Amino acid sequence: MSSLSIFNQLEISHYIYLSTVLFCIGLFGVLFRRNAIIILMCIELMLNAVNLLFVAFSSYMGDADGQIFVFFIMVVAAAEAAVGLAILVLVYRNTRKTDVSFLDNLKG
Amino acid sequence: MLEWIIVLPLLGFLINGVFGSIIPKPIAGWLGTAFVFGSFVVTCFLFSDLLSALPAKGAVYLKVFTFLNVGNFHVDIAFQFDRLSAIMALIITGIGTLIHAYSISYMSDDDSLYKFFSFLNLFIFSMLVLVLGSNFVMMFFGWEGVGLCSYLLIGFWFKNVSFGKAARKAFVMNRIGDLGLLMGLFLIYQNFGSFEYTEVFAKFGRLEVGTGICTAIALLLFIGAMGKSAQIPLYTWLPDAMAGPTPVSALIHAATMVTAGIYLVVRCEAIYALAPFAREVILWIGLATSLMAALIGLKQNDIKKVLAYSTVSQLGFMFIALGCGAYTAALFHVITHAFFKALLFLGAGSVIHGMHHEQDIRQMGGLRKKMPITYATFLIGTLAITGFPMLSGFFSKDEIFTAILAQNTGVFVLGLLSASITVFYTFRMFFVTFHGNYRNQHHSYEKIAESPLLMTLPLLILAVLSLIGGAVNFPNYMGEGISKGLYHLLSFDGGGSFSPILILPEQSFEISHVKEWILFALTPLFLFIFLVARKKYVVKAAVPEADADQVGFGKTLANKFYVDEAYNRSFVEPIELVSDTLTEYVDEKAFKSSFDGIGRINQYVASLLSRFQNGNIEYYLVYMVIGLCLLLAFNLF
Repeated sequence: MSSLSIFNQLEISHYIYLSTVLFCIGLFGVLFRRNAIIILMCIELMLNAVNLLFVAFSSYMGDADGQIFVFFIMVVAAAEAAVGLAILVLVYRNTRKTDVSFLDNLKG
Repeated sequence: MLEWIIVLPLLGFLINGVFGSIIPKPIAGWLGTAFVFGSFVVTCFLFSDLLSALPAKGAVYLKVFTFLNVGNFHVDIAFQFDRLSAIMALIITGIGTLIHAYSISYMSDDDSLYKFFSFLNLFIFSMLVLVLGSNFVMMFFGWEGVGLCSYLLIGFWFKNVSFGKAARKAFVMNRIGDLGLLMGLFLIYQNFGSFEYTEVFAKFGRLEVGTGICTAIALLLFIGAMGKSAQIPLYTWLPDAMAGPTPVSALIHAATMVTAGIYLVVRCEAIYALAPFAREVILWIGLATSLMAALIGLKQNDIKKVLAYSTVSQLGFMFIALGCGAYTAALFHVITHAFFKALLFLGAGSVIHGMHHEQDIRQMGGLRKKMPITYATFLIGTLAITGFPMLSGFFSKDEIFTAILAQNTGVFVLGLLSASITVFYTFRMFFVTFHGNYRNQHHSYEKIAESPLLMTLPLLILAVLSLIGGAVNFPNYMGEGISKGLYHLLSFDGGGSFSPILILPEQSFEISHVKEWILFALTPLFLFIFLVARKKYVVKAAVPEADADQVGFGKTLANKFYVDEAYNRSFVEPIELVSDTLTEYVDEKAFKSSFDGIGRINQYVASLLSRFQNGNIEYYLVYMVIGLCLLLAFNLF
């Protein structure tokens, strides 16, 4: 209880506001930025916003399930970052650009 | 053993059909012949077994598997080798072997020889299924199978459009008959609950003579027989079927397939015995067909067409016999006719072969010196068909006339007229072809040569059979012991253990002495007609006039009574008109435009939607977010 007490000093609503703001920053970053690296970083931001919310609720409910979930998300995020960056490197090697708006070969 | 009769031709069909293109030509032909010959040998063995086992056992049955078993409806793939089917199988495989061997030489120039032999083997297979099946469904399978093979073989030289049309005509006319047959089978099942011959005929035995259902079934089955056996009004396909190679005409359109109708009626004797009205119809239709075809035959100049009309006419005689209730006489004539008509057709094939595919007898003449074997065998065939004493045709026709005379003198006079015409036009064809002077301008007389041994050997064998074929069923005056063999075989009663093929005892056709003298007077009459024909075509060396010079009744005959034209006008043209109208207005205008419209709407919608798919990741991400938001919204509200 003592180690989690620092979280309990704030209202749960503050965590919700913070993670919502973080998630929206990430979301709008993904939608409106063109640089692939920044898009990738914004995805990380969204994931971590969710992580924060998980941990906050876990502490609030006194249930460790949320925190376990966070570990899984971290693992997936790490893998995603590795694969995503690798793809980016290859894209850059082929096009000399990291701008996603040029990647429109899938046009129907 | 029984299965081998049927399996061997099927094997031949499969081997030539599948591997034919890589088998060398002569081997393909010999292979096809060997399989049919094997089938013939097995049939002979089984037939002798059957004869030796007769007092105890009347038939060999073989059930292969159950074809259908739905509720009460039960159909087996099963075969029955009894005396009637044995006789038919002997004709089919025996004559089939000879014609197969003949074809090896006759068709040797053809590129798709293997196809020809695989079709011929398939035909033999189907025909055997027809006669050996133990129920009506098996018979129907065979019936349709031979129809298909007939179509394939008439149209064998399908690159000639008119030959293809002849094949189509044969097929369509047969379908009309098949419809009647099929309806007859439905009625049989509806009323007797089975398709097995033995069960159905046993139930028929309990009915009264002249019951409506018997007459209906008998008439419907006869419509099927009309189509297959080329009787009025469905006979016009048979002369056109001469478009096929000559061995096909000999095998299918003379010796075997066209006699399927007679087989059907003899097989269903139990039904026809109870339907006197149907027999009356058969009698008159047979008579009309026989007379009409004989008259048309008088003015035909294509050697195969003459033979075709003569086949129609002879089939008419067989139906006259059936109409009189003389089933043995009809089957006897089937046998002898198979011998001499196959002989005549193969002889005609030999002539056509020698003349480089010339079929018009006006372009022939004087061939007897160049083709002695063909000439001699053709003469025997001609004598046999015209009923020269002691030849096969004499005995079988004599028996038919006895039966007619015992029943109806009017029919006898008309039948006699038809038989007299037969004598005249057959000898006309014979004399114009083989006697007189050579008249062809295109091929020199010196180059004409006798056909090779492979073709003349079947001719010789068939000539011998045409000479002695009457022995199958000699009349009583030939002496006890050797006479009436076929009749005794068919009406042999196993005394409870099995029933005779002809269940009701055939009326004995007792005729008075005066009438017997009339029958004896027939031979001089036919001889007189022969002399008239000889005087006209040999002594005066008359040549049939050109098509354009025909006048009066002769012109009507040369144009086959305009029956084809009438059929075209009344059936073909209206149907074509309707289908042309439907094509133009319904298909082209209504359907095509509406289907095109549906296509255009789809294309327009697709062109709108495809704008969303612009390949840009940013847009895809926006779609994804919108989608997720919608999912969320659905979950919340």
